[in-house]
Amino acid sequence: MLIGLLLALPLAGFLTLLFFGKRIGEPGAGYLGSATVGLSFLLALISSFEFISGGENGRHIELFEWIPSLGLNAELLWDPLSAMMTLVVTGVGALIHIYSIGYMHGDPRFGRFFTYLNLFITSMLILVLGANFGVLFVGWELVGLSSYLLISFWFEKPSAAAAGKKAFVVNRIGDFGFLIALMLIFASFGTLDFTHIFEVLHDNAAFITTATATAITLLLLVGAAGKSAQLPLHVWLPDAMEGPTPVSALIHAATMVTAGVYMVARTGIFFELAPVSQAVVATVGALTALFAATIAIGQRDIKRVLAYSTISQLGYMFMGVGVLGLVAGVFHLVTHAFFKALLFLGAGSVIHAMGGEQDMAKMGGLRKKVPITFATMVVAWIAISGIPPLAGFWSKDEILAVVYGRGGGYMALWIIGIVTAGLTAFYMSRMMFLTFWGEPRWDEGVQPHESPINMTMPLAVLAGLSAVGGLINTPFKPTLEHFLEPAFEFVHQAHIPEGVTPWILAGISIGAGVLGVMYAYRRYVVNGTQLEEGGTWETLLNGYGVDDLYGKTIVAPGKALSEQLAFTADAKVVDGGVNGIGAVVKRLGSMLAPLQTGLARSYGVGILAGAIGLVVWLIVAGGAV
Amino acid sequence: MIPILAQAATEGLQVTAGWYMGLAAVLFAIGSAGLLLRRNALVMFMSIELMLNSVNLTFVAADSGIGSLEGQISALFIMVVAAAEVTVGLAIIVAVFRKRATASVDDLAELSG
Repeated sequence: MLIGLLLALPLAGFLTLLFFGKRIGEPGAGYLGSATVGLSFLLALISSFEFISGGENGRHIELFEWIPSLGLNAELLWDPLSAMMTLVVTGVGALIHIYSIGYMHGDPRFGRFFTYLNLFITSMLILVLGANFGVLFVGWELVGLSSYLLISFWFEKPSAAAAGKKAFVVNRIGDFGFLIALMLIFASFGTLDFTHIFEVLHDNAAFITTATATAITLLLLVGAAGKSAQLPLHVWLPDAMEGPTPVSALIHAATMVTAGVYMVARTGIFFELAPVSQAVVATVGALTALFAATIAIGQRDIKRVLAYSTISQLGYMFMGVGVLGLVAGVFHLVTHAFFKALLFLGAGSVIHAMGGEQDMAKMGGLRKKVPITFATMVVAWIAISGIPPLAGFWSKDEILAVVYGRGGGYMALWIIGIVTAGLTAFYMSRMMFLTFWGEPRWDEGVQPHESPINMTMPLAVLAGLSAVGGLINTPFKPTLEHFLEPAFEFVHQAHIPEGVTPWILAGISIGAGVLGVMYAYRRYVVNGTQLEEGGTWETLLNGYGVDDLYGKTIVAPGKALSEQLAFTADAKVVDGGVNGIGAVVKRLGSMLAPLQTGLARSYGVGILAGAIGLVVWLIVAGGAV
Repeated sequence: MIPILAQAATEGLQVTAGWYMGLAAVLFAIGSAGLLLRRNALVMFMSIELMLNSVNLTFVAADSGIGSLEGQISALFIMVVAAAEVTVGLAIIVAVFRKRATASVDDLAELSG
């Protein structure tokens, strides 16, 4: 009952705002949107208590019969994993809704913004609450739609419209893989219901062959990589920064992009049966983490730094779930939602303060001007850099420890993870130092000012969560692990190594983090290096030219092919065929036209001759042909 | 004619269905000739009426010959349709005459290929 209601609330908010959003206007639409999501969060919190004592496996809530011929119902699953995701989505979502009331102040489409935000929350809840792959897929597509609508929210800007389109198209590639995976699953099991499938696999691991499991998981990975912006489908996320900053925080950092991680965690049992896929997922994650972290170093736009950072952190999560450290992956998902949402909202607050400026070359020395934003962002900065006891340290190190624990080839991934940790600390520090330290490089007339309370309040709350959020799952007290246990009961998860090893690993990764921060401090504060230009930096700024590469190898040939199809195949062959038939008929017609003389009596002769002919034929041949 | 005359001589003159058929054929021929040879739309129209009624006569005569009712019903239908057709047709002819001051169909030959 409560679960249905917590889903219905944002939906009701969406529908109300859809029809009356303009009339409700500012700030009513914002209050309404925030209230529905906030209430949803409270309901989720109340409903989650049943899992805290443990032992509860979760329950199904059937909404209605959907496709009876496939035995597919619109059914929700309320288990610890979906509860965790719901809490993050509605909790962070509510904070970002409140923040948006301030951030979107004065926007002519204020009401519509909250319409879309509520639509997104509804879609995301459908995604995480779905009890079968069908409902999951519906949510999956709906978040894609909301993402598209919100990225191109300022559609008057051509770049925003193009970014929305790009996100949508790249996501379609992922969805294609996902859809085929669903068909394979249905063909193998005859159902799409999670619990049913997992129980079958648990009872009889040989129910599907390793080859099938590998195919399914690799196709699922294609879908997950599209949604979660992993290599090689990561290109849409940096461009998605064209959307309003709260959107970047909510959709493109905290929630939607983690859908891929959630999906891999949910289907962990498939990955357990396919060791090859585990290696592929973990490798994709590790490479993405490293690749995106290096690009983040070279960015000038404050939001693009965070975008690449998000891709990189998602790579960590994929590493975690890839090696079957499902709890570790989900844990990092949660803490990342806190500190990355905070970083984005903080960046939004800075952009707001600078009157819309996003280029770090024109910032600097903002510490005193926006003290609350600065203080909260420092918390997030330390958290993402992996310095204990803040949130990022616990989750990232759990992932690294689990990867290390798998041994063998996974050691290489662990090294990549450590290097990335150092790079992460470096680029985040670079961003912080360039923004808040040094001499002001503001454009003339810019008067930085602290944001209003409804923007700083969410920052403060998220700062608190980023500070202590990691404590929900420490090696000393693995609360989250116990909480999630029932959801992963069918999977043999990988754990962090025993004994003293985790301590050494943690020491190494803290060392990497501290080194990154210290080097950045020396370079940007002590030596006062400004934004670098030219050479390698240019390459990094362009993200190694992946966009150009795709443009040359995929987009351009695609366009050429379309042109050929449009102007040759269609215009000449198809249209030519149709026109040809027309011409033949026309020619025949003009040959027969003289028969119509216009003289009524000549027609009379024809009719009479025909009648006589018929009579003769009847008499002579008796009507036979 | 010889068998008929012979029959008349022996049995007295009896009017059979065949006589009506013959009359109908003659009427039909006159109607067709009028339709094809005359140019005046009104006269052509009258010729068509003649042809229609010759067909009616055939129907009724044939019916009485074989003792069925279907032909008579058909005749009734043809009369109704002919009445309607006359109304429309005459209206057209009158309208054309007002416009063109002629009722000759050969002058109304614009609709040609």
